[in-house]
Amino acid sequence: MARGHHDVGGLSGAGQIDQSEHQLSDWEILADAVNQALGARGIKRTDEMRRAREEMDSKTYHDMTYYERWIASIETILIEKNILTKDEIDRRLAEFEKEWGEP
Amino acid sequence: MGRAVNSEAGRFKPGDRVTVRREDRAGHIRTPWYIRGKTGRIERVYGAFLNPESLAYGRDGLPKRTLYLVAFSQGDVWERYLGSEDKLLVDIYEHWLDPAT
Repeated sequence: MARGHHDVGGLSGAGQIDQSEHQLSDWEILADAVNQALGARGIKRTDEMRRAREEMDSKTYHDMTYYERWIASIETILIEKNILTKDEIDRRLAEFEKEWGEP
Repeated sequence: MGRAVNSEAGRFKPGDRVTVRREDRAGHIRTPWYIRGKTGRIERVYGAFLNPESLAYGRDGLPKRTLYLVAFSQGDVWERYLGSEDKLLVDIYEHWLDPAT
């Protein structure tokens, strides 16, 4: 075992913290809304979301932005709980891409 | 010293010296890596809460675990700490703490 990719307290080389305000994209606001709705319905807990992020492979984790990790965690949990299948998600995604173009 | 969030008493009380377990295992763990093996003092007893190590896997979180605010001297935590009196405060569950020897 080693420390997890999320558990970086005290490591050197993290650089400066970016404290500037940044505009959220529409999809990021939507990610938050979906997250809150699933929480309010008792479908997932914050602890499960954290665990899903911790269990990603490290490259995926580091390549993703904050809300991308949220979306990936929600997807993992919904599949685990048999609420959606990977196929259903991928199919819907393909429909969106056809309608609106690649992200 | 703030009030506890709920009244369930734990094994430790404010002022007790405790050492964080130096465990390294798989799973969802809230005890940061950098604080494992360090010794500090109980600052506050928050009360008993569902265990996040269990909740993280969709389980019920029982039995509840007592959560503490533990104070460490910065100099005990970081090798080349140049400050003096500063404290570092960390929330730690009881099953991660042993009485300091």
